[in-house]
Formats: sequence, C-alpha cells, structure tokens
Amino acid sequence: MCMQIELLFFGSLTDITTVSRLIAEGMSDTEQLKKYLEEKYPALRTAKYFMALNQQMIQQVHPLQPGDVVAFMPPFSGG
Amino acid sequence: MLLNNRYIRQMILPGFGQAAQEKLRAAKVLIVGMGGLGCPALPYLAGAGVGTIGIMDGDTVSLSNLHRQVLFTEADIGSNKATVAAARLQLQDAEVNAAAYPYLLTNQNALDIIGQYDLVVDGTDNFAAKYLINDACVLLKKPFIYGAVSRFQGQVSVFNIPVAEGRPLNYRDLFPVSPRPGEIQRCEETGVIGVLPGIIGTMQAAEAVKLITGLGDLLYGRLMNYDVLQACSYEIRFSHQPEIPVIDQDSFLQMKYDFDCEEEADIPEINVAEFNRLVQQPDIFVLDVRERHEYPPIDFSDAQIPMSELQELLETLPEKEICVICHQGIRSVYAAQLIRARRNLPVYSLKGGLTAYFNQPGK
Repeated sequence: MCMQIELLFFGSLTDITTVSRLIAEGMSDTEQLKKYLEEKYPALRTAKYFMALNQQMIQQVHPLQPGDVVAFMPPFSGG
Repeated sequence: MLLNNRYIRQMILPGFGQAAQEKLRAAKVLIVGMGGLGCPALPYLAGAGVGTIGIMDGDTVSLSNLHRQVLFTEADIGSNKATVAAARLQLQDAEVNAAAYPYLLTNQNALDIIGQYDLVVDGTDNFAAKYLINDACVLLKKPFIYGAVSRFQGQVSVFNIPVAEGRPLNYRDLFPVSPRPGEIQRCEETGVIGVLPGIIGTMQAAEAVKLITGLGDLLYGRLMNYDVLQACSYEIRFSHQPEIPVIDQDSFLQMKYDFDCEEEADIPEINVAEFNRLVQQPDIFVLDVRERHEYPPIDFSDAQIPMSELQELLETLPEKEICVICHQGIRSVYAAQLIRARRNLPVYSLKGGLTAYFNQPGK
C-alpha cells in the first residue's frame, strides 16, 4: 500500500513548482515533506506561504497519513 | 411604501423582511480602493440598500483599468476614482449618503476615517494597504472583509468579527508579516483576468450584506480560494496564530506600512548553524522578544524584551549587532524591522526561532 499524499499549490507558487497538483510518497510528516520540496524547488525556501493539512491551516509539524491533502497557500495582493 | 417597493424582491426572502432592510439602511460601509474589487462591490451594496457608503481611492482612472473596473467609462479617464464612483452611486440611488475620499489611506488618517464606519470592504491592490486596513480594524474593533486576486485565482475572507471570548481572528493570523518587495509579484506584473475581481468583489459585497443583516454563515475563520480557470473553490479553515505582532495605537502610528519603498529594511534570517557561529562573536547582542510567560527559559540571550514592550524600549538597546529570537521566528522578523528602522547596525532574525534551535541534534 503506497503512502500517497496529494499536494496543492496556489497562486504564484505554481511559478516555482510549474504544476498546481503533485503526488508525493514516503513522507512521514509535514516537516519532511517541506524539506523534500525545498530540495526539489529551492525557490520555495524564500517564498511566502502557509501550509494547510486537509483544509486546516497548520502552524506546527503534523504526521501524514495516506490520502492526506496538503495545500500551500501564498498571500495575494492584487485587486 | 416606495422604499418597500424598491427592496421588495429581497424583503420577501425567508429571514430577511423589514428588519434586515432597516439594518442595511442604518449601516455604514467604507470601501477602500475603487479598483477591480471595489467597482463590483459598490453597486451591489448600494442596490441592497446600504444607507451610508464611503469610497476611498487616491488614484485616477486609466485606459488599462477599464477591462476590470467596470464602473468607469472612457469619459472618466484621468478623473479620480473615488469622485467618479461617488457620482455614479448618487445616480443609482440619490438617497444614499455617499462620501468620497479622493486620497490614499495612511496610518495617519485611517483611525479617524475607518472609525466613522461599521465595517471595511478591502478593494486595495497592495500588501501595505491590506496590512494597514487590518491593523486599523483590529485597533478599532471593526470587521474587515478581505479580497485579493492573483492572475486566475482570488481569495476572500472576513476578519475581526467581535467574539465573546479572546481576540477575533485577523489577516495576520493567515500571514503574520507583510512580504518584502520581490517576494510576491504585484498585479501589474502578473496580470489579472477582468472578470475575476468582479467575482471576488461581489463575494465581498455578499459577505458585507450577510454581516449587516445577520443572515447565513460568514467566511469568518475560513479563507476561500476561487480558481476561475478550474471553476472551483478551495476553502481553508484557520485559527489563532500565537506569533502575530501586537498592535497598539503608538506602534500603528509609527509603523512603516509602505513595504514597496526601497528603503524598507530587509532583515537577514539566519539558520541555527549560522546562529551558533554568530553568538561566538564578542560583539553580538542576542535579544529574546518572547513574552515573559513563554517557555523554556534560555541562558544564551543578552536581554529579554517582550514584543509588547519593545517599541518603548528601543532606545535602551546597545550599539551592537543584534540577533533577535522568539518562539518560531516570526515575531523576531517584525521586531528586527522595528529595530532596523531606528538604527544603521546589522540586525538578524533566527529563522524558525527557538523551535528550530532546540530541534538541532544534542539540544
């Protein structure tokens, strides 16, 4: 059974990732996921965003379960 | 009777009636920014019967505005947006009390102007204005209906609704400090599809009508993201951020909100390894800005000045390079900006704060 999680990138973050949706495997928690993504996309290190796990904003490290959805949301300023 | 006839189609709605209509007539709404978001919000608020509407914008109409700022015509090019919009509002409903503020919101005029209204609809197009509105609304305890767009996506939320206990959620619970120039691209650089702010601005107007009348569930504690290309929305619930800067009237009046200015200090954020090297140097001053009740106590700081007291004690800091630390490295950036604004010596912030520090092996 694969430990798959779904990643969603919003707004200008897709400039960095080039896609709005990704599947990741083998991530035990949100910190490991963040490190993996920062390795893969170094520009994420300086990007402004918050993370949400299953549509709830998170402020600390959370363990990940198969089927979890992690969203990366930057601030928007246009009007 | 004429009044009833005008609003009859909404007054016959379940739960609406005369009472909701009177609340709208008594309501005072300020729209800050008459651009892509403000233009669609205004006629719907007026149409719904909001009795007093303030319109604020220091900008003039230009040709490149017309694809999304649908209140304006070619004849309006070169005229102030607030003035034109207020005149249009009087044509729509001569009974509405319309006030035009043909200048920009600043921290010097915000408390006076926002203080005259019940709530603020955000029609601005830059972070400085959004943080300024947020902080003024926090100080004045006024609801803030937030909207913003980026290319094909928009965000909507409602902040600062009075709560029975504790403090209400505000914009800084989502994004505690404003992005620096270059961290996030602006609308004129990224582009925006015209209909998108139309959708987001009318969503904001809908939230304002719900807030005034007490109908339905507000987008409070929820950030809605709408993607016009996918035609789908994604909602994120959020709660209190423990690390947000404390706003009081003095810090608000002294804060430099215009992050677009080049002289805004860019605070270097150092990681734990860099921090460990830095503290070996003799002339570095480590400043802990956590509140006094926060744990754990540490023995490697030179002083602890809680964020809530820092503004008043800036003068007491030594003429040395300073590294600011806090629990998670968010408040410390804000503190470092306050310090940097007063002096020309290097100021650093420990990225990830003490959480990162105590996560290193051997700690």
